[in-house]
Formats: sequence, C-alpha cells, structure tokens
Amino acid sequence: MLKRFCSLILCMALICALFSGCGYKSRDLKLEGEYTKDFAGSQLNVYNWGEYISDGSYDMMDVNREFERVTGIHVNYTTFESNETMYSQLKSGGVSYDIIIPSDYMIERLINEDMLEKIDVSKLHNYGYIYDNYKNLFYDKNNEYSVPYNVGMVGIIYNPTMIDEPKHSWKSLWDEKYRGMSLNFSNPRDGFMTAQMILGQDLNTTNKADWDAAANLLKKGKDVLQSYVMDEIYGKMETGEAAIGPYYAGDYLTMLENNEDLEFFYPEEGTNIFVDAVCVPKSVKHKSEAMLYIDFLLEPEVALHNAEYICYASPHRAVVENPEYTYYKNEILYPDPEDMPPVQYYHDIDPEIRAYYENLWIDLKLY
Amino acid sequence: MNKKSFGSRLVAAPYLVWASIFVIVPLVMMAYFAFTDSSGVFTLSNITQIGKYKKAFLVSILYAVAATAITLLISYPMAYFMTKMKVSSQRMVMIIVMLPMWMNFLIRTYSWISILANTGIINTFLKSIGLKPLHLINTPGAVILGMVYDFIPYMILPIYSVMSKIDNSLLEAAADLGSNAFSRLRRVIIPLSMPGVISGITMVFVPSVSTFYISQKLGGNKNWLIGDAIEYLFGAGPEYYNVASAISLILMILILLCLAVMSRFSGDEEGGVIV
Repeated sequence: MLKRFCSLILCMALICALFSGCGYKSRDLKLEGEYTKDFAGSQLNVYNWGEYISDGSYDMMDVNREFERVTGIHVNYTTFESNETMYSQLKSGGVSYDIIIPSDYMIERLINEDMLEKIDVSKLHNYGYIYDNYKNLFYDKNNEYSVPYNVGMVGIIYNPTMIDEPKHSWKSLWDEKYRGMSLNFSNPRDGFMTAQMILGQDLNTTNKADWDAAANLLKKGKDVLQSYVMDEIYGKMETGEAAIGPYYAGDYLTMLENNEDLEFFYPEEGTNIFVDAVCVPKSVKHKSEAMLYIDFLLEPEVALHNAEYICYASPHRAVVENPEYTYYKNEILYPDPEDMPPVQYYHDIDPEIRAYYENLWIDLKLY
Repeated sequence: MNKKSFGSRLVAAPYLVWASIFVIVPLVMMAYFAFTDSSGVFTLSNITQIGKYKKAFLVSILYAVAATAITLLISYPMAYFMTKMKVSSQRMVMIIVMLPMWMNFLIRTYSWISILANTGIINTFLKSIGLKPLHLINTPGAVILGMVYDFIPYMILPIYSVMSKIDNSLLEAAADLGSNAFSRLRRVIIPLSMPGVISGITMVFVPSVSTFYISQKLGGNKNWLIGDAIEYLFGAGPEYYNVASAISLILMILILLCLAVMSRFSGDEEGGVIV
C-alpha cells in the first residue's frame, strides 16, 4: 500500500515538473489604443491560420493571453489550414466566429457572397499604421471589410550544398538535373501558379485553354519531382532530403533557423503575392469585442511580436521601420523596389473555372 | 431467441443510440450525397464520372492485398508461437505488440519518413559503412511497409485470441490418431483458428484499402490512392462532397465484395465472425 502511494506521489511530481516549464509571464505593454474593461467576462471566437499568432513560445508575447489580461474578454482561439476549410466551416454555419483571417481572394469571395460584416476603420485607433499600398486593394476597394495582417510572396528555396545555384526561374523545378530532388506545391492554386508563370499567363485567367496548357506542363514535370508537399517541405529542405522547392518567403526564414545553408530567390518570371487580412463574418456575435481585438493586433508592440513569430512581411509601418525588428530591411521580406519581381494576386475565380482547374489537378494526381 | 426483457433492451440502448447517430445517419447521408448534385437534385453523374478513378481503386486494392498478405504471413506464426510460451511471457509479448498502438498512428507513420528517407537512418548507416544508399522512400514498397507496420497488431491479436482457446486435448487426440506435426497444423490448428484469421484480414484490409495518410507521407504524394482522392475532394469544398461520397460508396461496396469473396474461399461456414 505504501509502495503504491509513493509511486503515485512520484508520478504526480513528474507531471507537475513537466508542466512547470510552461509558466507564462505577462508583460508590461505600452498600448496606444484604449481598451475598456466594459466587456470583461465576454467571449471572442477567433479563427485563424495555424502558427499564425505569437503564442508565448520562444519567450515571446502570448497575444491572446495579453488581450485577455487587458480587456477581460475570453478568447476562444481555433485554427484552420486552408482558406477553403475556413470557408466551408463558415458556410456550414455550425459555429459562429467573431474574427477570421482569410487571404485576399477568399475575402473577395466572402464579400461577394455577403458573408462579411463591415468594419469602420475610422474607429480603430491604430489603423493609420497600415501602409497605403496595402489599402484599397482589389478585394476590398474601400477598406470596408478588412484590415491587413500579413503579406507574403512565393519564391524558390534551394540547398547550395547539394546543387549549384539554379537558374532564377520556375523552370528550375522542371530541370532534369534535379530529378528526385525537387518539390512542388500540393495545393492546386499554387501548383498551377508555378506553371502559369513559365507560360506567362494571367494567374486568374478564365480561358480554359490556358489552364489546359498549365496542366500539361505540370504533367511533364511530374516525373522529375520527388513529391508534392505543403508543410512537409520544412523537414525535407532542412535535412537535405530535397534540394529545391517553392514556398512562402517567410517560411524560408523559419527554415533558415534550422539549416543555415539554404538559399532563396524570387523567380524572374514573377510570382504570387498575397495579403491575409482580419475580417469579421456576418455571423458575428461580439462585434465590439472584435473591434477591440483588431485594434489590439495593430498595436505596434503586438504587431512586432507577431511579425517576428510568423516571419511573414508586415504591412505595419511601426514594425517595418523599427530598427530593432529582427527582419528590419530584410531583403527577402522587403525587397528594394528594383529587386522586386513582377507580382500577381490571386483573385476569386468563377466557380466554373475553379471546377475546371480542380478537375485538371485531380487528373494530374491520378495520372 | 426469447423475447428480450425490458432490462436487456435498456442495457443495449446506449450503443444503439450511438450506432444510429454515428453509423447509420452518416451512411444514409453518404448515400444521399452520392446520388444528388450540389443543389440536392437526384443524379447519377457522380457515379458515372468515377471511371477516371479506376486506376486509383485498382492500385489501392492491390496495395491492401499485399499488405494484408504480408501481415498474415508474419502474424500467424507469431500468434502460434505466442500460444506456446509461458503465460507470463505471453503477457510480455502482448504488451510489446500493443505498445506501438499507444502512440498516434500519424506520428508513427511520420517517423518512418526519417527511417526510410534518402538522408534517413538506414541510408546514413549504409553510407557510413561504404555501401550504396538504397532508394526506399516514395516507393510502393514504403507505402506497403507503412500499412503493415501500422495495422499488424490488428492481425496478431484476433488470431492469438482464437488460437489460445484451442483445446490442447484436441491436438493430443490428433497425435494419438497418428497425425504428424504438419497434418495437425493443417487439419486442426488452421481450421480452428480460421475465425481469427478472417477477422484479422478484415481489420487489416479495410483500413489499408482506404488509407490516405500513409500513401501521402511515404509514397511521395504523386499518385493518389483512392483514400487520398476522397480526402482531397472533401477538403476541396462543399461542391465536391457529392463526388467524394460516390467514391466512398463504391469503395465500401468493393470492400464488401472483396470480403465476401474471401469468406467464400476460406470455405468455413461458421467463420463469419465479422463479415
């Protein structure tokens, strides 16, 4: 009996030891906006991409925890892994969210389908920090529905210890020299983009022949590829399992922390640029709390922590112009205008064309 | 059977409620989606466009058959020798068989990547002793290995539990009547362990044929198995639910057919524990 009791105590001590490392110390924040405690005890449902907010790891700020401390509002935070998953969740109406952070083309679709609530940006104390070139974009021409959160571009990562410097072109992913060592995207929109850029197409073409041509090009390249990947690319590039593959610039910086050999370039044909922005869906239940949250995300200190944690380019003036920012003047996230590749946004595509290219993508995988 | 008492019905009620909500309703929904278009109108077009997934169906079934055969070849002797061990060792071996199941199978599959990869454990070892590295990952072999590894406990456990119940006096009787070891195995042990084999085959074949994760991680994600196609379509948006349901429905029918054929060949009328 005593023996059992002792082992029970030991087990509990072990478990406590495991969790004791997780203590989070809140910070002294210099906040510029005003955050009332009027809504203390209320709830806020936030739906964001995975790994897309500073969460207190690496000794950084836990943004949601700080927001809870400042306002007394409880944040229910859930994540999605693609715009499409988020869209079907929202469409199914099973759950209600107060804050979502989709990408540009998805915002365009949500606005067209009347699924977003208007945001009065003049009520946001910190909205002025957003650069003008990320305002009035195609998906939200009058800045009525969204507040930019992150900006990203796609480029090619390669490992110079495995291969010589490749041609700065998407064609490198098709190069026979890299047979079995190259990767490509496993989601259709980005996958097609790599071929569309080579063919010099408009990424949002409604001409079916263009999509056919891009699909044929992808088919030709399939045999050379090692695999189609999304986040597996981290492991594959970091360990040297693959030598070359396309991914988002910010994620390259994360990989660099684990393998400093890796190099990156923007292909000369041009690339995709995207903006992820904070929106409020029509099904919102806590609008005022949501406005406080958006303002909080725009706080210079909060935005800085998010930008450092996520590693994507920030549309926030106080972050980009802060000399203490890790990626201050980083030439990959913030290329000089003359080094900037030609960029194209994804737009929301007509459902018929979307069905058409999805079908081509399925054929590619079933080939 | 006699009329069931109120009490026994009450005891069965929780599972019946569970089964109707989480088994029957989803099946009905799947059938409904399979025969309607996205606006809910009856159509056969989902079924007719399945032709292009023919190869994915075929390859999935082939892989699953191979994986099931390999698991059976490993598990049957394993289960047999387990029954011959001391009771305490049997328990030990049982724990070893079950141990991997304590971890999530996604993680176990993922860790095979670091074993089989070109820069993985096996190839690093081969290179360090001066041998040529092998191309292991992103091959059909890697996918089948993944299936065998993930599902082998589901084969060993039912065979073992049936075998351990075989009465030793039957074997003694067979020996007394002049059976040699081989004929005891063929005429006594195999027929009596058939129910375990059948349920083992079912429990390995069904998840293998519909798997999607293993093939993506260990097979390079270049050519889909049918499970990958279903997973992709469900993720592509609500407008693909109908086709995805149609494929799932056909897959279920094919699985039932495979199992029916198998239990016919096994020739054991009372062996249908699961099927």
